[in-house]
Amino acid sequence: MDNDLSVLNLVKKFGDFSAVDQVTFDVPQGSFFSILGPSGCGKTTLLRMVAGFEEPTSGSIQIRGRDMAGVAPNQRPVNLVFQHLALFPMMNVAENIAFGLKRRKVDSATIKKQTEEILERVGLPGYGQQRINQLSGGQKQRVAIARCLVLEPLVLLLDEPLGALDLKLREQMKVELKKLQAKVGTTFVYITHDQSEALVMSDRIAVMNKGRYEQIGTPQELYGKPLTPFVAQFVGDNNVWSGEVVEQSGKNIVMKTDEGFVFRTVIQGSIAVGQHADLYLRPETIRIQPADKEALNCFNVTVKTILFDGANSRLLTVTPQEHELLVALPQNRSFDHIKPGQDIEVGWHPDAAICFRAEG
Amino acid sequence: MAVPRSSKAVFWIFLAPVLCWLLLLIVLPHLDLLRMSFAGENELGDMTWTLQNYRNFFTEPIYWNTFLRTAVFSIITTFITFLLAMPVAFYIVKVVRPRLQGAMMLMLLLPFWVSELVRIYGWMILLRESGVINHFLVKFGLIDRPIEMLYNDATMIMGLVYTSMLFMVVPLISVMESLDDSLIEAAYDLGSSKSVIWFKIILPHCKPGITSGSIVVFMLVLGNYLTPNLMGGKNSLWFTEQIYNQFIASFNWNQGAAFGFLLLLLSSLIIWIGLKLSRQKLGEVAS
Ligand SMILES: Nc1ncnc2c1ncn2[C@@H]1O[C@H](COP(=O)(O)OP(=O)(O)OP(=O)(O)O)[C@@H](O)[C@H]1O
Ligand SMILES: [Mg+2]
Repeated sequence: MDNDLSVLNLVKKFGDFSAVDQVTFDVPQGSFFSILGPSGCGKTTLLRMVAGFEEPTSGSIQIRGRDMAGVAPNQRPVNLVFQHLALFPMMNVAENIAFGLKRRKVDSATIKKQTEEILERVGLPGYGQQRINQLSGGQKQRVAIARCLVLEPLVLLLDEPLGALDLKLREQMKVELKKLQAKVGTTFVYITHDQSEALVMSDRIAVMNKGRYEQIGTPQELYGKPLTPFVAQFVGDNNVWSGEVVEQSGKNIVMKTDEGFVFRTVIQGSIAVGQHADLYLRPETIRIQPADKEALNCFNVTVKTILFDGANSRLLTVTPQEHELLVALPQNRSFDHIKPGQDIEVGWHPDAAICFRAEG
Repeated sequence: MAVPRSSKAVFWIFLAPVLCWLLLLIVLPHLDLLRMSFAGENELGDMTWTLQNYRNFFTEPIYWNTFLRTAVFSIITTFITFLLAMPVAFYIVKVVRPRLQGAMMLMLLLPFWVSELVRIYGWMILLRESGVINHFLVKFGLIDRPIEMLYNDATMIMGLVYTSMLFMVVPLISVMESLDDSLIEAAYDLGSSKSVIWFKIILPHCKPGITSGSIVVFMLVLGNYLTPNLMGGKNSLWFTEQIYNQFIASFNWNQGAAFGFLLLLLSSLIIWIGLKLSRQKLGEVAS
């Protein structure tokens, strides 16, 4: 068995409302698996079912091949890092970490040794005697993770553990968490609504929306080949057009956008002439002042502002019909002459966009 | 930060009634009682200062036996009240749906809208030899003859617990509301059994509420007069009864005052010991 966690057709209903609907996924041993979705899509509910705090309405959860139905949370080989950490304020750091070991009746010398080891490993050596309220946000974070890791769970479940931190610390903890996971080799199941967290840290990501799974794949797959409009919009930035198909041969179509541009592109799935389609275009696929105009869809835009962000700088441009468009600005200084207010020509390759038939 | 003069004046204006209240109704009468407790008559019938009132307490076994009995029963009552109030508070705060919480609180409060006297008579109607419970027990053939359920220690404690319940439940509810559910779940997730969760998470968190509830209940029970007398009967031997007897029956105000002060000292001492044992400070509990 090389899956640490297998979830099959999991359903959770609260009354008539399905918080989690027919979810199926496998998490291979030792991997960093993320569940990404907007707020309220059922991520916490899903994780709580894995941890044993909620009873699934139907479906099964297996951990290392063992079915978890009817197993209480204190008997499961998984541990949960709570959304708000839930460190015990009446205990100090060492007591928090020793809490689970004491429940296993480990002798006190071993507890002391393991507590010190794990504190070392999460980068907090010598913090054992600190009170919880004396720690910073990032330190609390690491204590919460240490408290679970010291029990050597088969799967560590993390429910948006970075949510409460400020931006700078979040960036830093992202990298640290990934490093920590690589170091300890425990399987992590990580929940987040922040797509950049998921993209940076994960081996595989499941994108979730309204209780259902939209797509499961590596960060590259999700970014490069989104299978649904929701994934295209949720993962990374995209420019969106909607329009009508005017010509079609196989996957290649010609589409007339609502504002009158005519684009050649490729459709995902099938579509017929006269149907509506939505087109998603990444900022970095748009070329500024292209040399080879023949193969590209070209048009003119007006630069509104330059969104300077180092290597991630963009131009905010508008089409003559006031449709906003983000264009990546390569930082090789060749476009330093571009100023706000200027008209520029941009173009993109028909294969670069992702196009879906419009729903409804 | 410097406080402007006008706001200082406002501060004193608002504090004045409180100080007056404390001074007139609490400090002054107690000072007079203190004076009385050290006063006595010499052989000629003149007033002198004496320790005789306090000496009587220690030389008459009936007095300090009653005293001890009252203290022990008050502690037992407080403990039983705590044991009963804890699950009740937990149920109201953590188990019941939020909509029902208010209704449950109201049900707890309801008995306190009638006076203690009426409540106690209610119990007596239920429990006495010709009372409701005996009537039904005999009717259904569970017992042959009515039994007297009043006038014993168990009934008295039950009555005291009943009267004090609310004063334990309310502080417990307010501390339990501040207990984050995820702490309980985290403990469960880390492998705790239910009893470990109670002893390691819930009780330590509720400690301030337990202490303040216990202090209030203990004080109320120790100083209660009605319930021990009506439900415990003549042999309830409650210390307040001794005080009452001295003041009203023997008309020995000096002796009564001395007993009153001993009761005050006793309750303060027991609370002090309780706080020491649970390693808490009065200021922390009161806040
Ligand atoms: N006990 C419950 N009873 C009824 N509905 C619930 C319950 N728990 C969660 N829900 C509903 O289920 C849906 C999913 O909730 P969940 O907490 O799983 O969201 P989430 O994805 O974790 O969101 P967030 O990112 O904001 O934490 C929400 O619409 C919520 O209102
Ligand atoms: Mg959540």
